[in-house]
Amino acid sequence: MLRALGRKGLSAFSWLGRSWIFIIYVLLGTFGVIRRWRDLIKQIYSVGVLSFVIIIVSGFFVGMVLGLQGYNTLVDFGAEESLGVVVALSLVRELGPVVSALLFAGRAGSALTAEIGLMKSTEQLSAMEMMAVDPLRRIVAPRFYAGIISMPLLAGIFSMVGVYGGYFVGVGLLGVDDGAFWSQMQSAVDFHEDIMNGIIKSIVFGIVVTWIAVFEGYDTVPTSEGISRATTRTVVTSSLAVLGLDFVLTAIMFK
Amino acid sequence: MVQSKVIETIVGLFIAIGLTAIVILALKVSNMTTLNSADGYEIRARFENIGGLKVRSPVKMAGVLIGRVAEIGFDDETYEAVTVMKINPEFRKIPEDTTASIYTAGLLGEQYISLEPGGAEEYLADGAEIEITQSAVVLEQVIGQVLYDKASGKDEE
Repeated sequence: MLRALGRKGLSAFSWLGRSWIFIIYVLLGTFGVIRRWRDLIKQIYSVGVLSFVIIIVSGFFVGMVLGLQGYNTLVDFGAEESLGVVVALSLVRELGPVVSALLFAGRAGSALTAEIGLMKSTEQLSAMEMMAVDPLRRIVAPRFYAGIISMPLLAGIFSMVGVYGGYFVGVGLLGVDDGAFWSQMQSAVDFHEDIMNGIIKSIVFGIVVTWIAVFEGYDTVPTSEGISRATTRTVVTSSLAVLGLDFVLTAIMFK
Repeated sequence: MVQSKVIETIVGLFIAIGLTAIVILALKVSNMTTLNSADGYEIRARFENIGGLKVRSPVKMAGVLIGRVAEIGFDDETYEAVTVMKINPEFRKIPEDTTASIYTAGLLGEQYISLEPGGAEEYLADGAEIEITQSAVVLEQVIGQVLYDKASGKDEE
């Protein structure tokens, strides 16, 4: 039993070590990504643009639910004018970056892992290496940067759509005063304190989720079972990492 | 497979929408628009007690927002709070003998400075100080006073 624990521990540490070596090699390919920006744009398309619809739809629904729930609670205190504050702050600070990162892990992260894992198991990556093309720089680096660029944009879209979802329910359906909704929101939400910190959060989540996704794909056991396992692991690990990091970042940012 | 020119356009559109969303968040949701009061002028007021007043609390005249609290300091010689208010430049004509009081919006709402204009012909200039001020009403003190009055009233009966 002790041996099993030791083996688990060793494999966890080697996983951690391999992922760091991997990311350093990917970062060494930064210059190549700038030179081959067309590749980057193609990857932003498949990572960011294809996640656009799910982000908009879920952002709108999350905003509407926040509007409903917030209204039901606030109306007891006669403070339903603060609905805008509740909706905007919870979206901009927490739900925008976190939920969009979770959706991003499910939608784009799993696709990245499966794509790279399949490339590995069909030996496309080995073939590239044979031709002296570094797959880390050619395949992984543009995908990694595409994830980092897309994530804050998606989180921003999520928060904005969510605020309008809350506005739609609060002002449109429940009859909260239009002016109070926006003005209370504006006086309570601070650009640097709230919105910038939300954006920083989403950049961190973008780095973590794409890192895990491309590494799991690259590190996969080259069988069909290995790919399915790697894909599952991507979603599970990156979701947990996002939630854990969110707590740490919140504790640092909003003292 | 979609054509690469089309992809580039769509990606451009996506980035544009993303950036617009962040700009909208900055302008419509947060206080970026109300923060550009750098071109306003400052007036000061001293209070014995500012209660829950904070930096960026509103400054109102006749209920209209005319500026915000820019700075809150403490004078350790008179033991008074010194507030600096930034007034928007379009509200130039504030009489010299204006009174500043700290009120609460609603029973439990945020606190703000209310200016009541006096009758002087001279107007407050940049950096001028309001002489007549009224401190914040601290709810605990009021409740304490009421209870005390009740108790002492009962004794007399």
